Amino acid sequence: MTGLQTTMDRSSAELEQEISGAEIVVRALRDEGVEFVFGYPGGAVLYIYDELAKQEELKHILVRHEQAAVHAADAYARATGRVGVALVTSGPGATNAVTGIATAYMDSVPLVIITGQVPVALIGNDAFQEVDTVGITRPCTKHNFLVKDVADLANTLKTAFFLAASGRPGPVLVDIPKDITVKRCAYRYPDKVQLRSYKPTVKGHAGQVRKAVQLIASAERPMFYTGGGIILGNAAEALTGFVRHLGAPITNTLMGLGGFPASDPQFLGMLGMHGTFEANMAVQHSDVLIALGARFDDRVTGNLEAFAPHARIVHVDVDPSSISKNVKVDVPIVGDLAMVLAEMDQAWREGGYRLDPAALKAWWEQIAAWRARDCLRYEQGDSIIKPQYVVQKLHELTGGDAIVTSDVGQHQMWAAQFYGFDAPRRWINSGGLGTMGYGLPAAMGAQLADPERTVICITGEGSIQMNIQELSTCLQHRLPIKVACLNNHYLGMVRQWQEFFYESRYAMSYVDALPDFVKLAEAYGHVGLRADRPADVEPVIREALRLKDRLVFMDFQVDPTENVYPMVPAGAALSDMILL
Amino acid sequence: MQSPRHIISILLENESGALSRVAGLFSARGYNIEAMTVAPTHDPSISRMTVVTRGSEEIMEQVLKQLNKLVEVIRVHDLTDGPHIERELMLIKVHAVGPDREEVKRLADIFRGRIIDVTDRSYTIELTGTGEKLDAFLSALDPGMVIEVVRSGASAIARGSRSI
Repeated sequence: MTGLQTTMDRSSAELEQEISGAEIVVRALRDEGVEFVFGYPGGAVLYIYDELAKQEELKHILVRHEQAAVHAADAYARATGRVGVALVTSGPGATNAVTGIATAYMDSVPLVIITGQVPVALIGNDAFQEVDTVGITRPCTKHNFLVKDVADLANTLKTAFFLAASGRPGPVLVDIPKDITVKRCAYRYPDKVQLRSYKPTVKGHAGQVRKAVQLIASAERPMFYTGGGIILGNAAEALTGFVRHLGAPITNTLMGLGGFPASDPQFLGMLGMHGTFEANMAVQHSDVLIALGARFDDRVTGNLEAFAPHARIVHVDVDPSSISKNVKVDVPIVGDLAMVLAEMDQAWREGGYRLDPAALKAWWEQIAAWRARDCLRYEQGDSIIKPQYVVQKLHELTGGDAIVTSDVGQHQMWAAQFYGFDAPRRWINSGGLGTMGYGLPAAMGAQLADPERTVICITGEGSIQMNIQELSTCLQHRLPIKVACLNNHYLGMVRQWQEFFYESRYAMSYVDALPDFVKLAEAYGHVGLRADRPADVEPVIREALRLKDRLVFMDFQVDPTENVYPMVPAGAALSDMILL
Repeated sequence: MQSPRHIISILLENESGALSRVAGLFSARGYNIEAMTVAPTHDPSISRMTVVTRGSEEIMEQVLKQLNKLVEVIRVHDLTDGPHIERELMLIKVHAVGPDREEVKRLADIFRGRIIDVTDRSYTIELTGTGEKLDAFLSALDPGMVIEVVRSGASAIARGSRSI
């Protein structure tokens, strides 16, 4: 690799011995401190698997589909903040992994994906199980490599880990031809890498930080809007301290939930398409909007022309290309969130700033009026289970302390709205790509990351069937996940859009011929429980939580016509909400 | 109204795949490419790419940021921000028989082109200049005379003693 400098700190005797490429892969992963490799073997990676089997330090989790390997590694990374690792074979192994990689890319999750490849001499020959993996994954990875010389292997792996975890994190793929895993060379794992073409900015520009603080201090209606960057950048504590010190209101994006405690009165809930009335209204009426580690996604802003029309905007992000991409901002700051927040906090205190108390009081009164709309209310009768009720009960009975993964659709929004997250890295979902089938494999990664904690996969009967085969993985690796399936017999979010925007023509959104999930869970060696009536909900959850060492599949038969409210129709202004 | 034209110079690692990363970025994000050239610099580990594109100021800001984000990109510069020199090479093969032979030769001279290959019925002319000049030469010719045109796409460099 040109432009790459590595530093070594090892005795030369150790360097002399030549080992195979497969051994290099395993040694490098161990030297990186990797705990788990999520993977699936196949022809092109057999030498690597052979080496994996010769050691015990590095544990391999055998999934049932490569997509699940990447999702599990991704959730492990989200739960721990460390780099997740997946290992798959060439061809279909790699293409199956692509959805997982794209999911991680959209949500900026640090991953290293190792793919097998056909031997160098066969590349380009349409060999058995050959695809152009680097070509296919180029647009959905932060970076990728094809290793054509065993002498580059260790450096490439080091660089991959460095790229995955630094700056704006993301998945990095290393494609390794089979013959490279056989060829031998001395093992040198560098301690550090430096790339002349890659130097992420971490420290915020002091002048910009000062400007930001002055602008915030001038606000009469300040509003914090924070995203996944707070979680990824381990900045939740710094954020919470700063926002509490100011006394200003705050909203989180779907990806940012847990960045600020949901139970804190300053928290207005999530914003955006299914955000709360108070959060969306406060953004729209704010005069200074402080966007931290958020990217003004279309699901957050609604109609861009009408977004936060009165606000001057401060935007902090580690990725310069996120700034002024969708919304022109007044004070841009590029840097690491935790560091910039510390700088802002210091500048605020040293400058003796405070928000105008009278203005802030009036602002909170206005917010209280919006809150009084109670936009998330629903009525739980005694005949049919409301999905929101299930999530609320899950929160109550786990003390809000579980890690919750979700799939994509209505259940995801209800989970985000009703399971209040008080800490970061507890809420794990596919926000950017919106990948159905994410939830169960994600729960596997999260459970391995935090074996003592309750991990709940909140899902629907549509999504769960997109990776249901992983119930088998869960048995093999004894993962006591609690699956909470909000079963409404519809692809619920599709159904909701059809009701609102397609004159209730429910084209192909009714899911007929569903399996009996209780029996299915049992067939996989797990426990299945079914709740048909509201009175069943609590006992079913209690029983599931009691069975600490078992995977329990809870099938909640919920109201098939329930919709997610509030809703901002796509392309409408954030203040144009459909309320119940 | 057409968006303003920009010439972007990119220094990037001379590695396989780097070109397609840049090309892929433009297509994936829907940025326009009018021309793209690439070749190694005096440092063989670095390639220099010139991309001619069009876009509003906001789009150009994103183009530059997204290019900078590519791991193998070392430096990005919009040459149209300042004084610069732009050249493009065109090789053009034309029918040249009878009275046209003299006419084509005269036209090539006016445009300071050089005839670099001759047969009894054709000339191949080499012409260098801005894209505009090459366009002008093409439109001065009777379209029926043109057999084949090859254009290199623009290369450009900033004026003055400094590098990008």
